[in-house]
Formats: sequence, structure tokens, C-alpha cells
Amino acid sequence: MTDGLWLDGLRLEQDGFRLSADLSLKPGQVTAVIGPSGEGKSTLLSAIAGFLAPVAGRVVWDGQDLTQIPPGSRPISILFQDHNLFPHLTVNQNLGLGLHASLRLTQADKAKVERVLDRVGLADLGDRRPGALSGGQQSRVALGRALLAKRPLVLMDEPFAALGPGLKAEMLDLAVEVLGSAGRTLVMVTHDPEDARRIADAVVVVAEGKAMPPVPTQALLDDPPEALRRYLGREVG
Amino acid sequence: MARRPIPLALGLPRWPGAIAAWLVLALTLGTLCIVALRAGTGQWLGPADWAAVRFTVLQAAASSAVSVLVAIPVARALARRRFRGRSLLVTLMGAPFILPVIVAVLGLLAVFGRGGLLNGVLSAIGLPKVSIYGFHGVVLAHVFFNLPLAVRLILQGWLSIPAERFRLVATLDLAPGRFLEWPMLRAVVPGIALAIFLICLTSFAVALILGGGPRATTVELAIYQALRFDFDLAGAARLAVLQFGICAIAAVLAWTVTLPQAQGGGLDRVVQRWDGGRLTKVGDGAVLILTACFLLLPLAMVVTRGLSGLAEMPISIWPAALRSVLVAALSTILCLGLALTLAMRRGGALAGLASTLPLAASGLVIGTGLFLIVHPFTNPARLALAVTALVNATMALPFAYRAIAPELARVEGDYGRLADSLGLRGWARLRWLIFPRLRRPIGFAAGLSAALSMGDLGVITLFATGGQETLPLAMYRLMGAYRMDAAAGVALVLLALSLLAFWLCDRGGRVDD
Repeated sequence: MTDGLWLDGLRLEQDGFRLSADLSLKPGQVTAVIGPSGEGKSTLLSAIAGFLAPVAGRVVWDGQDLTQIPPGSRPISILFQDHNLFPHLTVNQNLGLGLHASLRLTQADKAKVERVLDRVGLADLGDRRPGALSGGQQSRVALGRALLAKRPLVLMDEPFAALGPGLKAEMLDLAVEVLGSAGRTLVMVTHDPEDARRIADAVVVVAEGKAMPPVPTQALLDDPPEALRRYLGREVG
Repeated sequence: MARRPIPLALGLPRWPGAIAAWLVLALTLGTLCIVALRAGTGQWLGPADWAAVRFTVLQAAASSAVSVLVAIPVARALARRRFRGRSLLVTLMGAPFILPVIVAVLGLLAVFGRGGLLNGVLSAIGLPKVSIYGFHGVVLAHVFFNLPLAVRLILQGWLSIPAERFRLVATLDLAPGRFLEWPMLRAVVPGIALAIFLICLTSFAVALILGGGPRATTVELAIYQALRFDFDLAGAARLAVLQFGICAIAAVLAWTVTLPQAQGGGLDRVVQRWDGGRLTKVGDGAVLILTACFLLLPLAMVVTRGLSGLAEMPISIWPAALRSVLVAALSTILCLGLALTLAMRRGGALAGLASTLPLAASGLVIGTGLFLIVHPFTNPARLALAVTALVNATMALPFAYRAIAPELARVEGDYGRLADSLGLRGWARLRWLIFPRLRRPIGFAAGLSAALSMGDLGVITLFATGGQETLPLAMYRLMGAYRMDAAAGVALVLLALSLLAFWLCDRGGRVDD
């Protein structure tokens, strides 16, 4: 029995594509999932979040087997590549969904929403619709909702990929600052080793049908294994 | 140890859709069985039945062929000309679908009927009069309803040809007709023709007024005659099976070609092209003017005659109007409930079957079956309006479902995972995701089913007793009594109510708060 995330002999299959994972992640850490595109980084996150049922193995969090639990009931928040906000709801409502799916919010809940809005730097924008916000502001709302949701594990499937490099770095820093300081465990998919170097404590390499156990970021990037070396190309050294 | 993959969490329950599907199956096939059982063993198909089948298929084929053949030049003219009132004309092309059949027929009678405009002109120049009754009258009315549909769908095809292709063809000095338009038409026209063919197969009110007699009776009209004049359940059931058979064959044919998808917007674009001279411009103008006259004159006659007929209307029209509004409201609620719950099943054979079967069903047989069911418990005549609402909801379901289901699938595709991860299930999901994002298709479907129900002259003709006339029935009875002025007044009221019902619902879906 371990604390944190444990992928116990996990085997995934989707349309002829296979991926296996047998690893555990320490709680409170930031882990980057890195590897060539099409190797199944997003698929791995889908399985952890509960959107894809494994053909074998278990997803365990703090000793609790999640494998049979539907996505909405797992102790997990996920930020997708796009469609992270409901465009017909206000920023406040989008945040409120992190507290109660029924959106029946008490005064105390509303105060919490207000504080989080402030925390992610969007004070006074609560009544806007996502369409009236910039891409970066929308990302802040999504981060704010993950903060409100009080779910210990946060998965990020390249939610900031569409932003420019500067803004992306800013959002990654904010994610660590806001969610990391709240004690959340972060798992983020990225195809950019610089992202990993920037915020990740450890890196999981996904390549050749396998998600490898985490390795400390610095050590990995300084001396990448063969599979990663081929992907990184220029960084061979 | 290998484990079975767990089923994913369902954000929207599937069981309400199952109930809706079985309800529709019971309403369409179940009622048919009840009528057939009650009838016992009847005789096998007689010559009159075959005559009805022949007429039904021939008029549907002719209606479909004429609609499509006329629609091609009209759509081409709309695709390549820009003129004042073009978008109005395109919008107008959407109107006949929600027009009460009996109102349109009255308008057609005013233009093409015995004392109509056309015969006035003909006799003034010494030519013999023409009659609108019979085969060609039925086809004329069907073309009036379906030509606009065909034009809109073919226009979509035209506008889907990228402008760059027209440029390419122009620089190569090729004929756009052969290299661009003919392939497009070959792809879209068969599906459109089959859709119109299917719609015309089950036509009732048009045949009731303009057809009749041994040589101009559709199967649905024959069912009406069997029930109304002879209470011949065996005959009605036999004909209903026949109708299912014909529609099933047509549906299988339709399966082999792709059916067209009606789209709301995007018809405003005009394709710029570089062929054609003055002659084609004159030709396009003539085609458009003739079409506009064909569609607008009957409507104009309804309005002008209706205005002068308003004073002639009996006072009993107003309770009838209220009844029609109530029936339309009830039918709309039922229809939306069925369409939404079926759409929540997100595909699946059961939902597909239930949302298609009503296209082939006879509203009259559904109504008769329902009456036979309630007969042991209560006097069925007292439930005439409720039964009418239920039948109308069933008949409008295929259209409502097709407006809602693809949109719901799209919303679930875009936001389903986010909703799942937030635990948005059941009512909360409907309230915060599905309803807000489906406002437009729901409003459109509601408007469609309200207008269809408001103008429906079907099952009510069989069972309404004294105090249960709906507006279309009251109008039909006035026409039967040759009180044409009063009927014209009612037609105007009915037209206004139908358009208002559609407009209110459709508008409600578009308003952004």
C-alpha cells in the first residue's frame, strides 16, 4: 500500500493501440509525461481520469482502487487540451461547478469562488462569459476550478498548448504556484522538455508502448535513455 | 488476472429513451396490431387496394420528379445571381413546410381552381377551363410543398462547391456545368428525390381535398374512407400494412443513397462565376419570377380573401382556435420529450427505429388503435383531442429528432468529458449543459411540431364530435358546405396561428440572455 498514484500493472488498448504502465508517483510532486506524439501520453491520462477502461491492472490512489469508479467520483481534476470551460456559463458558474455539480451554492461557497477568482488574478471578471476572456484568462479559470474542486490529483493534458510560449510558461508557473502550494499532485503531459525542466520534479517517458517509471527531471534530461534520446534529437550529448 | 473493461459512467441516463422508443413502437406498430386483431381475418387485397397503391406510388413519383426537375434551374439561378430580396426568397422557401396543408390547398384552389385566377385568364382568351381535381391537382399541391425544400437542398449543394473550383474551371476555359455542377447534382439529387417521394407517399389532407374517387385515392385516404364510411377495421389494417410495406421499400432505397441534411444558415453566399451571358441572365430572372409567383400567389390569395372573409366566420371558430392551440401545445411538449429522450440514447438501433417508423405510419391507424384501446374504459370521443395531440407528436417526431440528435451528439462530443470529470450527471447535466447548448435546435423542433400540429387535418377528421372541432377541421367543414368566404377567413386565422407558433418557439431558442 502506497501513498500517491499507483498504476498497478495497467494495460490499455484502444483501436489496436497498446500501452502498459507499472509505476507510482509520489504525492505532492509535479510529474511531466513526455514522449513522441502518438505514443499514448493522452491515452494514459484518459485511463487515470477514468475515461478509458483498462483491459488489465488497476489505478490506485492513496491505497484506494479507482478502477471501477466513474470519472466524476475520482479524486481527480483534469484539464483538457480544449473545451475546458462551458461557454454558455459565466466564469463564476464555471468555477462553481468545481464545488457542486448542481450549482446550488451557499454564501460560503460564493465567498470561496470569490477568493479563488482573486487568487488566479481574475477579480471582477466573474460575471463574464469565457468568450469575453483572452486565452490566458480562460486558462486561469480552468486552474481556479481545479483549485476549488479539492481533488488531490490534477491531470493536465497540455491545456496551455494553444497559448504562446511566454504565456504558456506563465500558466505553468501559476499552476505550480496555485495548485502545488495547495498540496496537489500534478501530472502534466508535454512534448516540450523545457516545460519539464521548468516545473517538473520527475519525468515519466512514454515510448514504444510503455510508460516508464519516473526519473528525477534533471538526471533524465542530462542523460536521456535511448528512446527519449531519439525523440529529443538535438539534446544528444 | 484479466478483467472486463468497466462500462464508462453515463452522464445521461439511457432508460428514458428506451421507454420513449417502446412507446413509439407501441404507437406505430402496436396500434396497427390492435386494429388488425380487432378486424379478425379479412379478405385479401382487392382491386381497389391495388388502385390506391398504384395511385400513391405514381403521384409520389411524379411529385418528386417535378419538384426536383423544377428545383434545379431555380437553385442554379439563386446560386449565381445577387438581387434585392434574394435572402427573403430563400427564407420564403422554408415556409411551406410549416404551412397548414389545408390553407395551402385553399390558396391553390383560389389560383388554379374552377373559379380561380388561372381559369379567369383562360376563359378571357377563349381557352377551355382546367380542373385542379385529380392526379395533376395532387401533384401540383405536392410540388407547391416540396419544390421549396428541393430548392434549398440543391442550393446547399451548389454553395458547397468551393469558389476556387469555379475560378480554376474559368481559367482552363472548361464548362462548369460538366465538371462541377453535374457531379454535384448526381451526388445530391437522388437523395432529395427519395426524401420527397417518401413525404408524398403518406399524404392525406391533399388527397382528401383534391383527390378522391376510384382513380385518385392514396392509401392513407383509402384508410380514411374505410374507417369513416364503413368502419371497416380489417380494410384499414390491411391498407396500413400495405403503406408500411411501400414506405419500407422506399426507406431501404433511401438507405443506399445518402439522404440530404437540411442546414439552417449559410445560404446567403453567392458563387461568383465567369460563364454565361445576357441570355442566361434573362433565363434566371424568368425562372425566379415564375417560381416566386407560383409560391406567393396562393399565399397572397389566402391573405386577401381571408381578410374579407374574417367577418363571415361563425363565432364557433374561436373555441376551435383555442382547442387547436391547446392540442398544439400538448403535442409539442410530448414530441420534445420523445425526441430529447431518444436523442439521449446517442444513436442505437432502438432510437433510430423509433425516430423513423412514424414516417411510414398512418396517423389514422394510430388514432384508431388508440380509440380501440380506450373504448372499454371510456367513451373514446371524449379523448379525441388528447389522441390527436399524441398522434401529432408521434408524426412530428422524425423531424424533431433529426433537429436535436446530431446537435446533442456534438455537444456531448465537445463537452461530455469535461462534464463527466466534474460529475455533472442526470438533471444537473441537462440543466447546465444540454439545455443551454441545445436551445436553438430545441426551439426549432418545438416550432416545427407546434406548427405541424396546429395545421394538422388528420385523425381529428375521424373522431371529432360536436364540441371538438379543431381549426383545420372547422375550416374543412366550411369548405365542404361551400362557405368559401368563411373558410378563407379561418384559413387566415390558421395561417397566422401556425406561423406565430413557429416564430415564438424558434425565436425563444435564439434569444441570448
